[in-house]
Amino acid sequence: MTKRVLTVDDSKTMLQMLQFALKQGGFEVIQGENGQEGLDLLEANDIDVIITDINMPVMDGITFIKELRKKPKNKAIPVLILTTESSQSKKEEGRSAGATGWIVKPFDPGKLLEVIRKVSP
Amino acid sequence: MDDLAQFKQTFFAECEELLGDLEGHLMALQSGEGDNNTLNAVFRAIHSIKGGAGAFGFDRLVAFAHIFETVLDLMRDGRLEPTPDSVLLVLHCADILSDLVKAAQNGTELPADHENEGRKSLIDLAATVGVNADPHAADDELAALDAQLAAGGPDALMEAAAAPEPAAAPEPAAPAKAPMLKFLVKFTPRDALYQRANEPLILIRELKELGSFLAKADAEGVPPLDQIQPEGAYIKWEFEIETDKGEQAIRDVFEFVIDDCELEVTCLNPPAAAAEAPAQPAADAAAPKPEAVTPAAPKPATPAPAAAKADPHAAGDGATAKPAAAAKPEGGAGGETKAVRSIRVDLDRVDKLVNMVGELVITHAMIAQQTEHLHADQHPELANGLAELSHHIRDLQESVMAMRAQPVKSVFARLPRLVRELAMMTNKKIRLDMSGENTEIDKTVIEQLGDPLTHMIRNSCDHGIENPDDRVAVGKPPEGVIHVSADQRGGRIVIEITDDGRGINREKVMRKAIEKKLVAPDATLSNEEIDNLIFLPGFSTADTVSNISGRGVGMDVVRQNIQSLGGRVHIQSRPGQGSSFILTLPLTLAVLDGMVLKVGIQSYILPLANIVESLRPEPDQINIVANQSELLRIRGEYVPLVYLHRIFKVPGGIDDPTKALVIIVELEDSSKMGLVVDEIIGQQQVVIKSLEENFDPIRGVGAATILGNGRVSLILDVAGIKHIAENESQQRPSPQARLAAPALQASA
Repeated sequence: MTKRVLTVDDSKTMLQMLQFALKQGGFEVIQGENGQEGLDLLEANDIDVIITDINMPVMDGITFIKELRKKPKNKAIPVLILTTESSQSKKEEGRSAGATGWIVKPFDPGKLLEVIRKVSP
Repeated sequence: MDDLAQFKQTFFAECEELLGDLEGHLMALQSGEGDNNTLNAVFRAIHSIKGGAGAFGFDRLVAFAHIFETVLDLMRDGRLEPTPDSVLLVLHCADILSDLVKAAQNGTELPADHENEGRKSLIDLAATVGVNADPHAADDELAALDAQLAAGGPDALMEAAAAPEPAAAPEPAAPAKAPMLKFLVKFTPRDALYQRANEPLILIRELKELGSFLAKADAEGVPPLDQIQPEGAYIKWEFEIETDKGEQAIRDVFEFVIDDCELEVTCLNPPAAAAEAPAQPAADAAAPKPEAVTPAAPKPATPAPAAAKADPHAAGDGATAKPAAAAKPEGGAGGETKAVRSIRVDLDRVDKLVNMVGELVITHAMIAQQTEHLHADQHPELANGLAELSHHIRDLQESVMAMRAQPVKSVFARLPRLVRELAMMTNKKIRLDMSGENTEIDKTVIEQLGDPLTHMIRNSCDHGIENPDDRVAVGKPPEGVIHVSADQRGGRIVIEITDDGRGINREKVMRKAIEKKLVAPDATLSNEEIDNLIFLPGFSTADTVSNISGRGVGMDVVRQNIQSLGGRVHIQSRPGQGSSFILTLPLTLAVLDGMVLKVGIQSYILPLANIVESLRPEPDQINIVANQSELLRIRGEYVPLVYLHRIFKVPGGIDDPTKALVIIVELEDSSKMGLVVDEIIGQQQVVIKSLEENFDPIRGVGAATILGNGRVSLILDVAGIKHIAENESQQRPSPQARLAAPALQASA
């Protein structure tokens, strides 16, 4: 079955690049532009993996992860944070919110798929 | 490469949007309206630009954006206070960033020192709070690291070479002939591992791919079923792995869970010391034996070169600047509205659609004409269908036009800053008021509006508004005001730029015009005509060309630009009180509502927007005045009559207005004129076909169209007609309509 990835980023460039890479990996892609949209889309779709940016308007990535983890049905969904900020503090913040792993921008498509394999059965 | 080009296109479109928003946010900061949300938005904009630029390898852009971002991060943290000076610097740097984006987009190279000054100011600013924003410092570290690695031998050199590669795979740069090593891995997950949706089975699968593999699960800790917590960690594992990929490859598998488990990696058959050392010099230095790596604190033991390799930005990031990010408020975006859902469509596609709709309009007109002779009561379905089709086409057309329409806000947004800068340069006090920013115009028009608008504002600031002292001397407040407004009036958009400055010095303008032989020395011109002399090519009133208005572009170019958009510009001035530039622009460039007129054997289209009314006058309404021109008296107002067939020399036109029709038209300067025509055929939407590609400009004719019967018809330009009429009445003895002949040829 095709796996469905929810990508959440306020940068359309990034969404487009993610989509390109993910489609090559055989994933179906659903896109949201901020955490709130992410939550809405999560509600409406069965999602296998979530990739989210941290810095976003309306609802940032950290809040998004915290919110989604509150629902039992979302507890087992791997969430990867996407950030250019490679510092430990950012990863820690994401992890303490409930992120499963992280992808450091810029990424190449191969690396992205590799990371997804690392968190998704 | 196609995909890359497409990504780039998206990126630059996004940059443009971000930079536009940035401008607005920065203006808010400047005026003191900004708060932490504004700073957050500014930070995000720069951050997004940097992120995208990094993906495409625009290193120079990334480098500058990085320092910029560092300073903004300090500002939103509250570590740096946004003072007027620092906000000014940020504004300046936003300009530089914009230049760098443009250069990246056009593939041009800016002078090497373009961003140096802004960059230095940013670094100095960050330094005031003890933060080093200079990535060069980090580069130096990297260089030192490279040197260190180089000393380690050829393998280390390979590592160093791999370091700048973006997103390099985490595999260690294994020596060509890596030894087969046997590892014992003890893995004890904690609850947190499951709470973050990590899955030991996936890790085990990954480990298995490294080489031969044996797993032992210890399920002793599993409690009775009724005590099991769904997210509890009860099982621990021991793996024996034989691999040639090295210890780091094993540790990489646990990258995401390292803090949520206890992990011990032991090499069961350690190789001779040298075999592994070059690949992990720092690891050896910090932790000579793998066993010494404590599970609780594995991160500090991560080999430094590997960290640099996995993430080149770690090296690019000012190491001291970054931790600030931890404290920044993330959730403070409540004031922003939810983004409008939209898709991005290539403008060419929309234009194609616009054209198709245009053709549809013509086809509809053709069918309507073909079926005209049929009686509606005999073919009710046909008549109804056609009427409905006409509605639908109109709706379709409006929808398509709306796709191209954008609020003028995007152009207006640049103006406050322009005025502020100009005020500073000229030592004047100028306030800018704006209204009607949400008025929508065709995108093409908007895109080309920026330059002329900028130039007119420059002109108002430079020539219009006086120095504060001069203003006070004539009893005005020291601060001058420029008001820019946009408004839709009828089928056109009117933009007015009004200043309360000194107005046009008509004497000086006249003198200059005579000096430059633009007008005859004995010419008598009305005040309005004198004012509008400034639009003549080669005219400049500034005694010395200042670097504000005099940038090699005169008001004649402004007029040309506006005219090429199908618009007009004129100036109204009240000496001592100020001037207004008045720009009128068409709402759309593709279709117009017109009235089809018959004049002799010709038919013409008159834009509906110009028409006030039409009537057949009584003989006593016609008055002939001294210079033989005729005036129509209508409700106490006198309107000059213009015979269209005389203007265009069409044979067979009706000469007696009481037997013909008079259409009262209004011009942009609010003057009226009565056009005498034979009859009105009807109202019709027409598709504008430009004549300029094939003909020189024809006065009195704006464009052409194709009518339902397939014939070409000219669209009238009333301002041009007025001009011809006035010229004719001045040279009454020889009423030679200079431009009538080409106009006729064009219609043939």
